[in-house]
Amino acid sequence: MSSEGYKTIKGIQFGLLNPDTIRKMSVERIITPDTYDSDGTPITSGLMDGLLGTIDPGQKCKTCGARVGSCPGHFGHIELSRPVVHVGYNKLIYKVLRATCRACSRIVLDPEEIKEVQEKMNDYEMQWGIQDYELVEEIMKKSAKKTICPYCSEQQHKIRLEKPSTYFEEIDTETGQKQINKLSPLDIHTWFKEIIDEDCKLLGINPKYARPEWMILGVLPVPPVSVRPSITLENGIRSEDDLTHKLVDIIRINQRLLENREAGAPQLIVEDLWELLQYHVSTYFDNEISGIPPARHRSGRALRTLTQRLKGKEGRFRANLSGKRVDFSARTVISPDPLLSINEVGVPKNISEILTVPERVTEWNIEEMKELVMKGPRSFSGANYIIRPDGRRVDLRYARNLQAVADSLQPEFIIERHLRDGDIVLFNRQPSLHRMSIMAHEVKVVPYKTFRLTLPVCRPYNADFDGDEMNLHVPQSEEAQAESRILMRVQEQISTPRYGGPIIGAIQDFITSGFYLTRKEAWYTKNEASQLITAAGLEKLPKADKNPTHNPKWKGKTLFSLLLPEGFSFTMRNNLCQKNEKCKKTKCPNEAYILIKDGKLISGIIDKKAFGAEVPDSVLHRILKEYGSDRTRLFLDSASRMLTTNITLRGFSLSASDIDIPKDAEKKINGILSKAKEDVLGIIKQFEDGTLERQAGRTEEETLEARIMETLSKARTDCSDVSASYLHSENEALIMAKTGARGNMLNLGQMSACVGQQAVRGQRIKRGYRDRVLPFFKQGDLSAEAHGFVDSSFRKGLNPIEFFMHACGGREGLVDTAVRTSQSGYMQRRLVNALQDISSCYDNTVRNAAGEIVQFIYGEDNVDPAKSDHGKAVNVGIIVSKILDIEAPDPLIEEIEEE
Amino acid sequence: MSEHLEKAQITKKISDLQKKKIVPNTIIEELKSELKGRELTAKQLDMIVKEVINSYEFAQIDPGSAVGTVAAQSIGEPGTQMTLQTFHYSGVAEMSVLRGLPRLIEILDARKNPSTPTMRIHLESGAEKDEEFTKNVSRRIELTTVNRIAQSITHSFSEGTITIKLDEKLMSNKGIETETVINKIQLKRKDCKVKVDSEDKFNVVITPQKELKFSELPKLAEKIREIPIKGIKNVNRIVIMKDKEENYFLQSEGSNFSELLRIPGVDPTRCYTTDINQIAETLGIEAARNALIRESLFVMKEQGLDVDNRHVMLVSDLMTHTGDVLQIGRHGVSGKKNSVFARAAFEVTVKHLLDAAVHGEFDPLKGITENVIVGQTIALGTGIVDLTMSPNYREYTDESKK
Repeated sequence: MSSEGYKTIKGIQFGLLNPDTIRKMSVERIITPDTYDSDGTPITSGLMDGLLGTIDPGQKCKTCGARVGSCPGHFGHIELSRPVVHVGYNKLIYKVLRATCRACSRIVLDPEEIKEVQEKMNDYEMQWGIQDYELVEEIMKKSAKKTICPYCSEQQHKIRLEKPSTYFEEIDTETGQKQINKLSPLDIHTWFKEIIDEDCKLLGINPKYARPEWMILGVLPVPPVSVRPSITLENGIRSEDDLTHKLVDIIRINQRLLENREAGAPQLIVEDLWELLQYHVSTYFDNEISGIPPARHRSGRALRTLTQRLKGKEGRFRANLSGKRVDFSARTVISPDPLLSINEVGVPKNISEILTVPERVTEWNIEEMKELVMKGPRSFSGANYIIRPDGRRVDLRYARNLQAVADSLQPEFIIERHLRDGDIVLFNRQPSLHRMSIMAHEVKVVPYKTFRLTLPVCRPYNADFDGDEMNLHVPQSEEAQAESRILMRVQEQISTPRYGGPIIGAIQDFITSGFYLTRKEAWYTKNEASQLITAAGLEKLPKADKNPTHNPKWKGKTLFSLLLPEGFSFTMRNNLCQKNEKCKKTKCPNEAYILIKDGKLISGIIDKKAFGAEVPDSVLHRILKEYGSDRTRLFLDSASRMLTTNITLRGFSLSASDIDIPKDAEKKINGILSKAKEDVLGIIKQFEDGTLERQAGRTEEETLEARIMETLSKARTDCSDVSASYLHSENEALIMAKTGARGNMLNLGQMSACVGQQAVRGQRIKRGYRDRVLPFFKQGDLSAEAHGFVDSSFRKGLNPIEFFMHACGGREGLVDTAVRTSQSGYMQRRLVNALQDISSCYDNTVRNAAGEIVQFIYGEDNVDPAKSDHGKAVNVGIIVSKILDIEAPDPLIEEIEEE
Repeated sequence: MSEHLEKAQITKKISDLQKKKIVPNTIIEELKSELKGRELTAKQLDMIVKEVINSYEFAQIDPGSAVGTVAAQSIGEPGTQMTLQTFHYSGVAEMSVLRGLPRLIEILDARKNPSTPTMRIHLESGAEKDEEFTKNVSRRIELTTVNRIAQSITHSFSEGTITIKLDEKLMSNKGIETETVINKIQLKRKDCKVKVDSEDKFNVVITPQKELKFSELPKLAEKIREIPIKGIKNVNRIVIMKDKEENYFLQSEGSNFSELLRIPGVDPTRCYTTDINQIAETLGIEAARNALIRESLFVMKEQGLDVDNRHVMLVSDLMTHTGDVLQIGRHGVSGKKNSVFARAAFEVTVKHLLDAAVHGEFDPLKGITENVIVGQTIALGTGIVDLTMSPNYREYTDESKK
């Protein structure tokens, strides 16, 4: 641990401040409401008194003699001429008043009752180690009901709290009239002072740290200036912090109250001033109390006082304590680079010259370090600072003679050198929804100004390159670097803990390219094959495959096999599988049967199901499980290089002509559509005649809607099928959809044949004008087109009405996403907050921060989902088949059977 | 090639493995079924067993793993991909059931009254194919109010009476007689006289005993509408359905589990409700924990999201480990943490700080947020290690030798 030399905090005790403590810790009693003199010096015993600490750089603190950075600031205090109530405790004060006797301040419960609850409370504390606050509430309620004190036989009266902080006692006189007595904070103070310690405990107040009378403030601590620094604007005018403004108000009123009292002013005036003082102190603590107007700045803006400083997302807790700003970080736009390894990140040269890594000079690296220093801060791969053993920093930007500095280097010096290739850094993209949102990469310094990353790692970050920005952090200590490298490196995160499958894998063009490379039509000349294997980082071409021509040629499968680990065997079926009852295996006409034997791809096309991201039980997944993350990284890196080269050699694009369909297909589609519309009219007719057969559990209207939706949806699918049957098998769009690279058949159908029914809230579009969506329709028109059925394809183009309907559906999608992100974001925050303390222990139990056992064994088998095989601890089937050298059980067979 | 093993030898080897308790039973079972009918040599079997043990031990979780955070992320992250729609579903009958993200939030909130609770009701074995019996049971469960069996409910100001015209068909459908209706109404409204119309036995006349004000009669009529005649509270609709084996079962809209279990003809061991709090009340916390897992996994599976069971289990266990069903959030798990800072950093910051002060609470700084706040190493992962080495260790020993 690098915490050597630091003290650790064992715990923090909370409590109320004792007025005596406030006075004791105060360095100065603040009397003057002014801050600075006309010449800019702080006024003594004013709010900016030098004794409270300093905020001027270069000035020494009058109390501790330290300068800005090291002086923590010192508290002062204000003696309030009359006590006031602490706003935060109004409710509690009210409850305590009700629970205790007005004369003797005991809890108004019989001694036996007291004894009983005391025992209960002690028992609870013994058992759970915390106080039983529910019992406290019970005691408060019970004692508030009593009318006569069992100790001094004093009649108890009703207490009323007039919000925000005025207390009354309602005394029923014999004449039947109510006499109302105001309880001033002073009265309450004397009342509370008499409450005995034992009773305090029963009221949920720990007398050791918080006496009830301390809730009434007679002295107010004044926070040090460092808490409320004033800002000097460009024009030289000083602008004070909100807290200072508030304190000025308090002192001013306090002073006036004192003067009036001493001058013997009428009671009424004194009371008014007292109330004003209460207001100012209240708003000093919290400026958002309901019932009282917030204190405002001269400009009319509400002041940000103590509570506001702590509260909420921008408050101290969430913005500064739970999350902190850090040094050694960078942020810029990302762009792709398919030639990088998944473990690497491209860092622009400019950034690498600013971010530094501290390196200790030793006898062994001193020469190298000297070179770095000589290069200096301005040339690449130099150094920015030197830290001498005595802690002094030398900024190399201002060093006159770098040579001299370099010569002065000795072991024990620390050089803050520029980031360079091979350094480990953390890379992150918000929102950080899972642990793969921040991973460790090795630096690769690149030109230009964007971070570069390979495409397979886009998935865990959920990144694309339409302007996304990402953050980069440089771990400084050796431990942090080692931990990052061992635990957080991208290759260690290939398997996601969410379901135990690879989350990093081939995406988009890699999948398309995989299809082109591994299908049986793929043959490569010596020239091409050499290019491909060189790209993959290999050197030796395998023997040429047998082919009808006389020239040596290589099968794509042969080339792809070079990427697979030696001795690797696996069988699976890919996305092209038609799921026929009888599998033709290696003779599959779709090449859907992937057979890998001894590291050779014998049959089948490599597509998304074989090596795609977020696809478990794939070739990639098996490589990961059987050969480990290093080999998997190598496979992914070399595959993405080879496949990029392959698709560059071939060229890949799609155009509008790809979704063109011939005339007779169009005719067929039109036929289907007009038939469907006729059917719909028929159903409507039935409905109007009342002959429509009601479906179980549905009303007639619902049945009608369901039938129409069904008919139209079928029509759309039929159209899609027609258009798909006319698409050439070499059609690029079709290939992408089939292999899973991008898009699906529905998208294709919408582009080429018919867009189909637009829905809002899962139903046909109904809203708009009375009984019709748009004024172009008759009222009550139930037909397909009047409720958002779009005949046209995207290729053909939508007419204005269709366009409107499509926009309706589209808008719902947008709203949905917007609402969902906020909802799921909050859900995740709550989940993380509730579960963050939970960890597995050495005894295999799962415990929370308090040490309470949540599970006796994690997940009932103590298996880490990230290390599991798609949730299974052991993939018995694979092990058995591997050792017995038989074919592995086929999950697809079961799938077919299930259907 | 060595001899193939006898069946008994294989079984023995596996049960030996089972006795050692290195590997969980589920894996043993899988191994058994996988090796069934296979021919293998002793060497191969040894290899398989060794490989199974290795594989299991490799997958063990490291002490100090932040399993909580990982579980939270694994459930939260797919939340972004879920649909928001409440969808109609449940077989043929249109029954609106909450699903997707809102349902997941509802489960984690441990809400006392979920928006669309349903029960799946199985019948006593033997009676499962009996349609008439099923209908009978269904009638006993489904809540039938006066409104549901009345053709019309009218009030006459001149006579000061309310007349209910009962629907004969509906009555016989629900198996209710006029007599029961009268009794039930009389029981609820003791201040009224309830009688059958002498001319029409499907007419029920209600006469308030007190003279009512003009506006009160319609109000009374409204109240009478809602008087339950048959069935259990909150179960507004029952749909009879058939499973794959042609057995009848019932699906309800609304849930009242404790009452349901008392209905004769119902098999209480196989009934299920989606209301987790009701399960906790009737069947206990262990059952509630299982229901939480089942419901959460159902949501995930339905949305086509792959989430490991272990994460869902952990969340469910955390929600139930105190013996009550706790919400994930400020009123439950997060609000019951023993660290002031952890609570303050989550929600309602100031209240927690003020309360902590009067209670004189002590924050032991054991959790994550607390240590982040004070800037110390957190007790997770490599941070759980307490052992440190003095960098001057060698000097020490050298000196002591001298």
